[in-house]
Order: sequence, then C-alpha cells, then structure tokens
Amino acid sequence: MDNPDLLLLARAQFGLNIGFHILFPSITIALAWFLLYFRIRYAKSGDAAWLATYKLWVKILALTFAMGVVTGITMSFQFGTNWPGFMNNVGNIAGPLLAFEVLTAFFLEATFLGVMLFGMNRVPAWVHIGATLLVAIGTLLSAFWILALDSWMQTPAGQTLEGGTLIAGEWLQVIFNPSFPYRFTHMILASGLTASFVIAGLSAWRLLRAPGDASALRTLRTGVLVAAVIAPLQIFAGDQHGLNTLAHQPAKIAAMEALWNTERGAPLVLFAVPNAQTRHNDFAIEVPKGASLILTHDPNGEVKGIDAFAPDTPPVAPLFFAFRIMLALGVLMLALAWTGAWFMRQGRAPAHWLLWAFAGFTFSGWLATLSGWIVTEVGRQPWLVTGILRTSQAVGRIPEASLGASLTGYILVYALMLAAYMVVITHLAGKGTSVQGKAA
Amino acid sequence: MSLDLPLIFAALMGVAVLAYVVLDGYDLGVGMLMPAADAREQELMVASIGPFWDANETWLVLGVGILLVAFPVAHGVVLGALYLPVAAMLVGLMLRGVAFEFRVKAEGWHRELWNWLFWLGSFIASFSQGLMLGRYITGFDSGFGYLLFALVVGAGLCGGYVLLGATWLIYKTEGTLQKKALAWARWGLLWVALGVAAVSVATPFVSQTVEMKWFDFPRTLGLMLLPLVTLFAWIGVWRSTGRLSRGVAGAAHWAPFAGAVSIFVLAFIGLAYSLFPYVVIDRLTFWEAAANPASLKVVLIGALIVLPFIIAYTAFSYYVFRGKARPGLYD
Repeated sequence: MDNPDLLLLARAQFGLNIGFHILFPSITIALAWFLLYFRIRYAKSGDAAWLATYKLWVKILALTFAMGVVTGITMSFQFGTNWPGFMNNVGNIAGPLLAFEVLTAFFLEATFLGVMLFGMNRVPAWVHIGATLLVAIGTLLSAFWILALDSWMQTPAGQTLEGGTLIAGEWLQVIFNPSFPYRFTHMILASGLTASFVIAGLSAWRLLRAPGDASALRTLRTGVLVAAVIAPLQIFAGDQHGLNTLAHQPAKIAAMEALWNTERGAPLVLFAVPNAQTRHNDFAIEVPKGASLILTHDPNGEVKGIDAFAPDTPPVAPLFFAFRIMLALGVLMLALAWTGAWFMRQGRAPAHWLLWAFAGFTFSGWLATLSGWIVTEVGRQPWLVTGILRTSQAVGRIPEASLGASLTGYILVYALMLAAYMVVITHLAGKGTSVQGKAA
Repeated sequence: MSLDLPLIFAALMGVAVLAYVVLDGYDLGVGMLMPAADAREQELMVASIGPFWDANETWLVLGVGILLVAFPVAHGVVLGALYLPVAAMLVGLMLRGVAFEFRVKAEGWHRELWNWLFWLGSFIASFSQGLMLGRYITGFDSGFGYLLFALVVGAGLCGGYVLLGATWLIYKTEGTLQKKALAWARWGLLWVALGVAAVSVATPFVSQTVEMKWFDFPRTLGLMLLPLVTLFAWIGVWRSTGRLSRGVAGAAHWAPFAGAVSIFVLAFIGLAYSLFPYVVIDRLTFWEAAANPASLKVVLIGALIVLPFIIAYTAFSYYVFRGKARPGLYD
C-alpha cells in the first residue's frame, strides 16, 4: 500500500459505517422476539395493557429497523466502492455467504415487517403473530450469515486453493469455522442484553414521569428479568469466546491484555497506559500472575506476548481499553439487573433511585457492544482475513478528495440520524401509552 | 451439465435491477411528488407505499449483490468509477428510509423538516441513479459532453420515477388525490417522452458500440420494433389516464401503472441489448468478469430454492394491502 493516509481514511470510513450500523440490529435482533412475546400475551389475555405495550414498542422497532436497513445498504456498497481487493481475493467465499444473507434473510424480514407494522387490522391474529415471528427469524438468519462470514475472516477454515484462486473446499467447515459458534452466541446474547436494557431504561424513564403507568411497569419487569438472566450467560459466553480466541488468535489476546513480552506467571493488568514506543505499560496496576491464571489455569503458565507475533500485530492501546470498557459495563449491567430483579421481586414497586439507575443505563448495551466489536475487529489487524489477506491489499484507489467528501457526508448524515433517533425514542417512551390503572 | 453460469447470472442481475427500478421507482416517485400535495393527501401517499418500500429497496441489494458475487472484478471497477454518485444515492436512500418513521413521530417544525428530507432523499436517490446509469452507458469516460449526458439521464430517470409514482397513486387512491395523480401522470409522461427521446438520440453519439448495434441495416428495421412498441405503450398510458379523468365507466385503475411499467421494461430491454455482452462497456464482458463456477453454482442452487418463496410472500404482502390506501396507517 503506497499511501498509508488513504488506507487510514478508508478504514475510518468503514469503521464509522459499520460501527453506526451495528447499533440498530443490536437492538432489533432481540427486540423482535420481545415484540413476539408482547403480541402473544395480548392475544392470550386480551389485556389492553399488553396491547399498549406492543403498540409503543412496535413503533420503536419500526424506527430502529429502518435505521438498520438503510445503514446496512450502505455497508453492502462499501465492499465494492472501497475494498475491491476483498472480493477479488476471497470473493468465492464471501460472495455466496453474502448472497444467502440477502436471499434468505433480507427479503423475509423486509416483507413481513410491512405486514407486522401495518397489517394488524387486516389479517387474523395468527397471521399477524406469524408475521412477527418471521421478522424475528429473519433478523436471526441475517446475523447467522454475516457472522459466519465475519468469523471466517477471523479464523478461516474449509477453504482451498484451486489454480491460485481461493475457493471453498468444504462449505460446512467455512460456515462453522472455529470461532463462529462463540461469536454468534456472544452477539445474540449481546443483542438480548442491549434490547432488555433499552426496554427497561425507557420504561423506567416513563415511570419517572407517570408513576401509575401499568404497561410501563410490566415492560420494566420484563426487561429487568430478561437482563438478569442474560447477563451472567453473556459473561460466561464471553469467557469461552476469549479462550477460543486465545487458541486461534493469540496476538489479539496479548494486545487485549497489554502483554508485551512472552512470560511465565504473567500479571493481569487492571489498568495502565500502554506505551507503544517503549513497549511497556506506564502507570500499571497489576495483579501478579493473574493473566497466566485466567488464560492457562496455571499461575506460572506461559502466556505469549505481542513480541512473539511481531511484526503482524494489532495496536495494543485501543484493544486494552476497549476490552476493559466492555468488561466493566458487563459487570455493571449484571449488578444492576440483579439489583433490579431483587428489589422488584414479588410485585414490589421500584424505588426512584432504581428507576434513575435503569434510565441512565438505557444505552449501556450500545457502549458494550461497540467496545467488543472494536476489540475483535481492530484485533484482527493487520489482517483482513487472518493469515490470507492484509487490509492494505484490499483497499481501492479512490482519490483522497472523494474519500474525504464521502466520509464527511456520512459523518454529517449519521450525526443527524443518531440525534433524531435518540430524541424521538426518548420522547415516544416518555409519552408512553394511554393505559393507566393498577399496577400488574 | 454445462450451464452458461455467467449468462444466467447476468440475466438474474438484470431481472433484479429491473424489479428494483420498477418497485422502488414508484416509492421514489411518490416521494418526489409529496410537495405537490396537502397534509391529508400526503398521509394517503405515504400509506400507499409504507408497507412496501423496505422490501422494494431490497431488490437493489440483490442486484448489486449479484454483481458483487457473480462479477467481482466488474463490481470493483463499476463501483469505484461511480464512487461519488453511489455515495450520494446512499445518503438519499438513508434520508428517505428514516424519514418514513421520523415524520410520523415528530411534531411541529420537526415533522416539516422530515417531510422535506423525505422529498430530498427521494430526489437525490433518483437523480444519482440516473447519473450512474448515464456514466455506466458511456463507460465512465470523462469529458463535459459525457457529464451533460449523465445529467440528462439523471433528470430523465426522475421523470420516469414520477410517472411510476403517479400511476401507482392512480391505482391506490381515489377522489381528489386520484385526480391530482392523473394530472401528475400526464406531466410525467411528457417528461419521460422528452427524456427517452433525448437519451435515444444522444446514446449512439456518445457510444460507438451502441451506434453499431442499432444502426446496422437490415437489422435496424427489426430493432425499430422496440421504439415502436414503446410508443404504443406511451400512447396507452396517455389514453387510459384520459379515460379515467373523464370518468369513463369500467376504466381500469391499474392500467396506467401497467403501462408505465411496460415502458420501463421496454427501455430496459433496449438498454440490455445495447450493452450485451459487456458488464463494463467496451472493456469487460460478463464472461471475463465472472467468479469461479463452483461458487456461482452454490449461489444459483440457493437462489432457485429461495426465489419462489420470495415471490410467494411478496405476492402475499401485496394481497394483504390490496385496494385503495386508507389513512391511519401509522396508528
């Protein structure tokens, strides 16, 4: 790559696009299932409070889905406009996976979303519930295909060379590559956690304004309960994912833990300022032998440092901080979910401080999810497909001025869209529904 | 079994792009017509396209997706050359898509802002698509004449989408809005006639390949059938809108839209004929640009299994939302 500035601009644009995009599916993948639950509860009980909950949250789903769809279309064009080397080199693997995502997931969710959002009064209840179910399945299928591709890029398997061209040898191995099960589980649970905190947080916001809102209280309980169940599962899934990454991408782990040198009895670095020049951690607060203990289950076990993988290593500081942010948020979310479940047990009404806590944590899932994605994607650098294709080999030769123009355009449009989104859903949730009455 | 996979995928890509242009064409057309309607009419216009726009837009993802999957080398060349128009189109599609949701949830001047962004997004997306088409036909050659040609195609496509949008509204609305739509359709027809004429006359001048394809006697005599049939379709739309305006009994509400769609199909056939067998004109045939046959085969099998389902549930969706658009879609 002759122009490092161009590569950085292109990477910044892709990172911006995909980072913005993920905010919305991380809510809708799970929110669709929540809505299925609300819809079925309404169908079974005929209780107006469930209908009110459904009607409020279907509006939020509609808006979030639209944001996800339009930013997703931008993603599908990015491959061609900025990264032609990707398809040119690994297109025989990436192509079919992307094609199946469009064919099996996009059309399914887009078509039945229309029936779900606008067809409640036009079709029988079972058809409407069916449409809701198909939207939920569609978003899961979408996550399946894209994570299969993304995981293959991290831990490639099943491919073979035919006359110098990379093709798929064994599709099942390509799709179910070593990291896929862990990354898929981790992302689905992340969506569950993100959505439940959005639901709990916005419901809490409503209850602070209208304490008697029965449907908001019900929704708060639902969100808190789901969060309380998912949070520990997610921490476990994350731990397993980490061990899988240690086995297949040890350089990433070394960077995440700011371990510059291979050593036995490596310390767990709780906080530090990694110094890339001196290859040392400044202001380090460490737990002796902690990293070896966690990663190898032996306090004197050997953990490979970044130096073992030079020169093809990811940057240390971004991974170190992003990982810790994600972990800290995960622990805080667990604590809050369990606290909420405890203080609202057996129908107890939530106290003011608890409502404020949940309201404050509404978008905690976004921060955690973004941090996690930064860890895993930046951690794959300098590879675009580990061991096979470097990021610098894939970038297209777009004039810097054009790249600057498109990047600026996206930043402006995304800023507008994000601001509008957060204002609108907060306003919607605060307005709530018109069903009042005794708490459920 | 020896299938010509590149040819099959070129055909599939063509069908996907045509489906996109016709389906999202009416969405974008309605979006561009919004300022010409009052608030109550705007509600009905949005209601007529609300349940469909997301699925309609997905055909674009499929079309570009097939280009990506089946013709990866061409995909990089085409999208690289069309970098800025593609970025503009994406911004337009983003604004249009989210404006649907934001305009109903906003109040006061915010709602007006999102109404305006709905129009702006629809216009930017339509114009940049036309621009891309113009650049594509001329093989991305640089020069003032080529740019002018692309701008004319951009304006022409906007007219085409306005025609599709207006005739869709004739089908899906009634009363005063339908009367307005009939008038808009007439304007759209004139605009399209101008656009198609300008493009048809200019294209042989800007591209020698196209000129040789069309002006090669005696083949030309047979080819003139295409513009002739297009003219009949145009006259058909003119007359059916006339019949509906006069309130002729039994005049079909769907006829203008069907006629507009046929104009697009005929224009597409002409374009496909002009470009065949190039995927990048004068530079790359689709056989040269094609991906490895093994991966093409996998996608084809998947597509053949899934496409019938897509068509079936799409038809179901149009059945659910059959009839005239009703207000209160977002309640």
